[in-house]
Amino acid sequence: MSDCGGHTACACESHSGEPVICFKGVSFSYGHSLVVEDADFDIYKGESVCIVGPNGGGKSTLLKLMLGLLQPDVGTVHLLGDTPKRSRARVGYVPQHIDFDPLFPVSVLDVVLMGRLTRRSFGFCSRKDTERAMEALQQMGLAGKAQVSFAALSGGQRQAVLIARALVADAEVLLLDEPTAHVDVAAEERLMASLKALRKDLTLVTVSHDLAFVSRSVPKVVCVNRCVHVHPTTELTEARLRELYGFEVRMVQHDHEHLDSHGGHHHG
Amino acid sequence: MGDFFKALLDPDMAFLRYALFLGLIGSVPLGAVGTFVVARRISYLAAAIAHSVLGGIGGALYCREALGWGWVHPMLGASIVALLAAGLIGWVSLRARQREDAVIGAIWVTGMAVGLLFIARTPGYIDPMAYLFGDILLVTAADLWIAGGVGVLILGVLGVWHRQIVAVCFDAEYALIRGVRSDWVYVLLLMLTALTVVILVSLVGIVLVIALLTLPPAIAALGAKSLWRMLFVAILLNIVFVFFGLGLSFALDLPTGPSVILVAALVYLVANGFARILKV
Repeated sequence: MSDCGGHTACACESHSGEPVICFKGVSFSYGHSLVVEDADFDIYKGESVCIVGPNGGGKSTLLKLMLGLLQPDVGTVHLLGDTPKRSRARVGYVPQHIDFDPLFPVSVLDVVLMGRLTRRSFGFCSRKDTERAMEALQQMGLAGKAQVSFAALSGGQRQAVLIARALVADAEVLLLDEPTAHVDVAAEERLMASLKALRKDLTLVTVSHDLAFVSRSVPKVVCVNRCVHVHPTTELTEARLRELYGFEVRMVQHDHEHLDSHGGHHHG
Repeated sequence: MGDFFKALLDPDMAFLRYALFLGLIGSVPLGAVGTFVVARRISYLAAAIAHSVLGGIGGALYCREALGWGWVHPMLGASIVALLAAGLIGWVSLRARQREDAVIGAIWVTGMAVGLLFIARTPGYIDPMAYLFGDILLVTAADLWIAGGVGVLILGVLGVWHRQIVAVCFDAEYALIRGVRSDWVYVLLLMLTALTVVILVSLVGIVLVIALLTLPPAIAALGAKSLWRMLFVAILLNIVFVFFGLGLSFALDLPTGPSVILVAALVYLVANGFARILKV
């Protein structure tokens, strides 16, 4: 019997139209280890949603299920009204990190241009693609680094390049896995500004450990610790966080809502 | 080197010109494909493919000499087995990761064992060493045409698919999300590696050809800021190594394959030393 209580999500707002991302009774396990249990939630067009939860709780797994990189054991996942495999080319994805070879000599521009790639990309890329990639780099404040080796950048700059790569895909949905994991405060502020500018056009789904980032960035939170619960950020109470993380989490109210955590768990 | 240049122009020394031309023709696909092999860190897969090629060479020699099928060229047998080995190794490395090393090792030694058995059963004396370490006397005018054709095919495929290959080498998961068939592109790279290896088998042999596939791109990678610069420098280095290796072999009456590889290895060591000093 599921200890998620069967119904794992709440409808936070009423929405019209088809959801952009739809999970229906999804369970997934790595071998015998159940990682996501009976997840049942929708994300609608233009929404900005953050996925939070402890390490190993299933946050990144949820993103990979959305992208069709993993197949659910039970249930169905729909992305943009179709299967993830058919629709994922319309999604911009920023991984938490990439296992790239630092001796692999690709320039920043080369990496961003990978966002323009399709199954039918043959020969050299077009001038339009290069212009689009330069625009995205400009947007991320990295236009001057276009010809620099990707390996020569700092962690935060690499993250910004991967976001630019996701942006040039002309995506309808942007999935970001830990976008502030390797960035300093200044870079995080720039990223926040860029995400705020993007929010007008895009559906944004962000995985984050950073509760401060969540509290001031998004109105809706998907809490994952094997079970999945969806709340408006304003309803993210100390009790709910204690239930999610398994230790005390103190909320501190500033000008904007801000969450502070104890018990060794990091925050912004 | 003066005698070497004279010998190249000597009408009776056609074998030397064939060896040089084959080396120069092979340098281009070797440098180009080798760049991706080094960048993707699949040199050991390329070595397994190269060694399994002996099965194809032995099979082709047997068909030609024992069965009388004169149209079967050793490079044809080598190409077929190399492509089969590439497909099998690609499938194993993508689908059966737990046993990857063991299966790749099995393909490596099985190909060699089958080749040696075929050669042992082939009428007349055939020295397996000539195929393992190269023999410039094996190079014929027909080899140049075949190598040229295969080289153009390799560069053509690389030209058409290079963006997808670069993306898969850099971040296969993201390429998959963009709609690229990452697995197929990876196997395509292995197939290109297989055909590239076959081109220079007669000149430097199946054991030594891996050095020309990997050392020049590894040297080029030391200071390269882009993949294209690495690729062009690797091609240029291959041409230099073939030319000076052949010249050294002629001047000192040494086997050609090991001479070419020793020149490449020496430059690799010196370049790494300089890179360490300059902290490139």
